[in-house]
Amino acid sequence: MSVLELQNLSVSLRGRQIFRDVALSVQKGEMVGLIGPNGAGKTTLMRAALGLVAHGGHSSLAGMTPMARARAVAWMPQSREIAWPVSIEALVRLGRMPHHGARLSAEDHAAVARALDHMGLGDMRSRTVTRLSGGEQARALIARALAQETDLLMADEPIAGLDPAHQIATMQMFQRLATDGRAVLVSLHDLGLAARHCARLVVLGQGGIQADGPPAKVLTPDLLARVFGITAYHAQTPQGHIFQPLEVL
Amino acid sequence: MTRLMVALSALVLALFCLSLLVGPARIAPADSLLGLLRGGLDPVAMVMREIRLPRAILAVLVGGSLGLAGAAMQGYLRNPLAEPGLIGVSASAALGAVIAIQSGLAAAFVLVLPLMALAGALVGVMLVLVLAGPRDGALTLILAGIAISAMAGAITQLVLNLSKNPFAVNEIVFWMMGSLADRSLTHVWLALPFTLLGWLVLARLGRGLDALTLGEDAAATLGVHLGRLRLLLVLGTACVVGASTAVAGTIGFVGLVVPHLLRPLVGAQPSRLLPASALGGAAMVLAADIAVRLVVPERDLKLGVLTALVGAPLFLHLIYKTRKEQP
Repeated sequence: MSVLELQNLSVSLRGRQIFRDVALSVQKGEMVGLIGPNGAGKTTLMRAALGLVAHGGHSSLAGMTPMARARAVAWMPQSREIAWPVSIEALVRLGRMPHHGARLSAEDHAAVARALDHMGLGDMRSRTVTRLSGGEQARALIARALAQETDLLMADEPIAGLDPAHQIATMQMFQRLATDGRAVLVSLHDLGLAARHCARLVVLGQGGIQADGPPAKVLTPDLLARVFGITAYHAQTPQGHIFQPLEVL
Repeated sequence: MTRLMVALSALVLALFCLSLLVGPARIAPADSLLGLLRGGLDPVAMVMREIRLPRAILAVLVGGSLGLAGAAMQGYLRNPLAEPGLIGVSASAALGAVIAIQSGLAAAFVLVLPLMALAGALVGVMLVLVLAGPRDGALTLILAGIAISAMAGAITQLVLNLSKNPFAVNEIVFWMMGSLADRSLTHVWLALPFTLLGWLVLARLGRGLDALTLGEDAAATLGVHLGRLRLLLVLGTACVVGASTAVAGTIGFVGLVVPHLLRPLVGAQPSRLLPASALGGAAMVLAADIAVRLVVPERDLKLGVLTALVGAPLFLHLIYKTRKEQP
């Protein structure tokens, strides 16, 4: 079942066309990595898909009412904004806002607890979030998005700035969400992690989608040269995909 | 209800009663409270009903408004330095009052001044909404508010500058300092509907303000209608601040300091800060209005002067504390 459907999506900002004619369909159970060089429009593409940026074409999410959309998709912006020194638990509870009325139900509390446990924050729930390290804050924000328990999770560079263990753990957690029947669309700069953990990669560059498919088919020397301007070592090993960028062309 | 809310409510109630007992007319506490219940032309009853009761009620209305609007404004802008005057409503309300005094209309009928202040607030808030535009960003709202504040302030200065009437100038200067002295129940009835309407609007913003903790994009995708939130914030603030300024003049620092002081006590959650800050603001203005009657009873010390005198050092202390917490 499709959770995101984009057709002919195009965005122009201040008279400059960022991308045009983007078509993308994400199904339940998929873990999709959105890659592309700086300025390719990954963030703009996701914000347009959500209806947060004026755009041409069609997005299945943009037409929803704000409340319906909040139950369909959880969005993690790249800027990890936390304005007030609230507790981790209070922050994660914000993810339940689209679901509860005046008070949190037992189901809401259970969802918050699940999200905290997923991110290994169960013991830290009463800590003040603004006093945590950047990586811990990032995990708290991921937990907030998880608590929303939507069919689709969209995250803009969620693993930037995390240590390797938490990067891998986060990617594996996203994979588990997909295996459990939800869908994840995540923008990434680390092509190695993208190749290893995403079953499907979408490459955005030069004003449109340049490739869409499994990592082995997408990350060809030709595409890497054309879109990213690099060469890379790519091998299929018993430990899975190994992808290592090598040189700038 | 949390312990903090119970404590703040008790504090407001105690200060309200104390406010009824303090005044130049030396009336025994028991007599004064009994006087409230007695009707008729008894002098004690007159003093209580016509002088002290309106003053105490207005202190609650004005203080509650400033505290609530301050908490809402700080929550919306995600900035602890925001205050209700930021959107230009207090400056434009003050301008309306200044024009009423200068033109002599205020002397004709007691309600002309507050009514013109309300009209000023209305014009100010319309201009801010037009200037801020239909987009839902916070930045345009701040810029529009600053522009309107500066414009209204400049015209107020111009009126003072060109005034040929030294009595009017004197009156304007003292009015702008803010005071609750010599207000009547008429002032209460005038401020009450706007204040209650504004409280109702602002008190319902808690959820949206909580979501804004994560920034505008995340809040929007949590189901918050940012355009509507901003509109309600501006209209609610205009109602309460316009009404407050109309009956009491400009009273600074309450909307800035009270939310800041109470934030750590509510776990920094904007939705919980709203009611706490309303009670805290009421307590602060009640206390300040009692203090102006006790400190120098023979001189008419202005309420706004006192809140600024107390508020500024309090704020310095907060800055000092914040600096210590930073790495």
